[in-house]
Amino acid sequence: MTATAVLRPATTAPRAVTRATGESRLVRWTLIGTALVFLTLVLVLPLVTVFHQALAKGLPAYLEAIGEPDALSAAKLTLLIAGIAVPLNLIFGIAAAWCISKFEFRGKNVLITLIDLPFAVSPVISGMIFVLLFGAHGWFGEWLSEHDIQIIFAVPGMVLATTFITAPFIARELIPLMQEQGSEEEEAAIVLGASGWQTFFRVTLPNIKWGLLYGLILCNARAMGEFGAVSVVSGHIRGETNTLPLHVEILYNEYAFAASFAVASVLTLLAFVTLALKTFVEWQQRRTAAEAAGAEDISERIAS
Amino acid sequence: MSLRCAQGDRRPVYPYEGMTMRNRSQSVLPGFGVSLGITCTYLSLLVLLPLATVFARSAELTGDRFWSTVTDPRVVASYRVTLSASFVAAALNTVFGLLVAWVLVRYRFPGRRLVDAMVDLPFALPTAVAGIALTTLYTPSGWVGSWLEPFGIKVSYTWLGIAVALMFIGLPFVVRTVQPVLDDLEVEVEEAAASLGARRWQTFARVILPSVGPALLTGFALAFARAIGEYGSVVFISGNMPMKTEIVPLLIITKLEQYDYAGATAVALVMLVLSFTLLLVINLLQWAARRRMAV
Repeated sequence: MTATAVLRPATTAPRAVTRATGESRLVRWTLIGTALVFLTLVLVLPLVTVFHQALAKGLPAYLEAIGEPDALSAAKLTLLIAGIAVPLNLIFGIAAAWCISKFEFRGKNVLITLIDLPFAVSPVISGMIFVLLFGAHGWFGEWLSEHDIQIIFAVPGMVLATTFITAPFIARELIPLMQEQGSEEEEAAIVLGASGWQTFFRVTLPNIKWGLLYGLILCNARAMGEFGAVSVVSGHIRGETNTLPLHVEILYNEYAFAASFAVASVLTLLAFVTLALKTFVEWQQRRTAAEAAGAEDISERIAS
Repeated sequence: MSLRCAQGDRRPVYPYEGMTMRNRSQSVLPGFGVSLGITCTYLSLLVLLPLATVFARSAELTGDRFWSTVTDPRVVASYRVTLSASFVAAALNTVFGLLVAWVLVRYRFPGRRLVDAMVDLPFALPTAVAGIALTTLYTPSGWVGSWLEPFGIKVSYTWLGIAVALMFIGLPFVVRTVQPVLDDLEVEVEEAAASLGARRWQTFARVILPSVGPALLTGFALAFARAIGEYGSVVFISGNMPMKTEIVPLLIITKLEQYDYAGATAVALVMLVLSFTLLLVINLLQWAARRRMAV
């Protein structure tokens, strides 16, 4: 009985609003109402619009727009690009978080700032830098064309730009988490004779799994939805170098609104899945943290 | 940037965290060389080297040529459009973001958790989708646009439309930066103010607002920084008229499409310098906020 009471998470308990520090019912509901109207205008209506327009010509037209060969090839390319960019950034994120959180070295703060850089760069400029490097007039342009390798206006350039844009996501999620957890547990494992990989998979990974999943989800959502950077390096060739967001643009500019919104609705569903997973992971993190806090409470009681 | 304010601050604090000496003798752990090597190589090849090309390519231009490119009237007009719309959007987001964060932290109402999850939508929704949806919504025949038309207000294909799109993109930055700070405010301080005779609005203006001030400023800076580089959501709704509704990222793309690499690079350099300055300001703001919290 007492144990369950202790284990109950205390972090999300609603704050008791006393008369001295609360607002009157009228003010409270006015504020809530204003916030909800604002969010409806800014967030909800655009969402409803997507599905309303997508189904404007009926369900058969909707299914046809999604099942069309160009849309399918765009979906395949989107999956391929995310399938390369996300694992690369996963390796990078884990390596960066490991060396930053487990070791002390000079220039660590500079390294953390450098990891953040892609977030500060406009997507258009992120695409442009690869055109400057690998485009026909770029630094490696001549060499590449002599060897008949195409990077810009082709899939490799799109993968590069997407990887650049999404590079910080997993690292940024893991670094604060692993810094907070310290390294006592890993040190104990090593002292007890575990190998480096055993320590990582059996000790570190279980501790960071929710944060890692969180980073992966956000990285993937951005990789699949990126528009500006990919637009610059893509050749915009239907069925070849079109991702789903670019396909949405092409259809929209051709005034095929219903088809454009139909493809957009698929991406919107992806966003819903992302938000749902994110909410679930947050809930799991809170639960784990509350359990850890509860366990410490118990051990403290036993000690006293 | 987005991540730090999106989730980094909401993690619960473990008890006794400060008491463990987590940095003592870490040499037993393996993998330092490999992990640092991977990190530095990856960053250099993917991020630093490509970004350096902007600076190197700009250096190829003579000073006069560079100056005349970045001060060309059409380019200057695009700075004006981008900066003014980004500023107005970030300012409105600061006001409404504080309201949303306040309502989510302080009040309990049906659907609160759903609303809380929805705030992150602009992070998760591809920008092109947001762009076409907002454009459709705000055209004179759209759901919102048809309400505004009788008043002579046009949103889609005007400067106002750019501001609306940038507001959509920037909202979560303010909410997610302010929310944890509001959550951590101690009710005791407000009770003390009330017991000393302060009216509720006085407590808000003199006690609560100064405490969330740094977070609000950080949220504003993050939303502004994101807005000046934004392309996907804006390009559909802006109408893209040179001198009037042309944003800087679009101008860079136009120059690239005309194979004017030197011009595109010069304008991009101006943007990069602005973005990196903002990144520095944001880091300083967050550092100052942490110091405040620590004291």
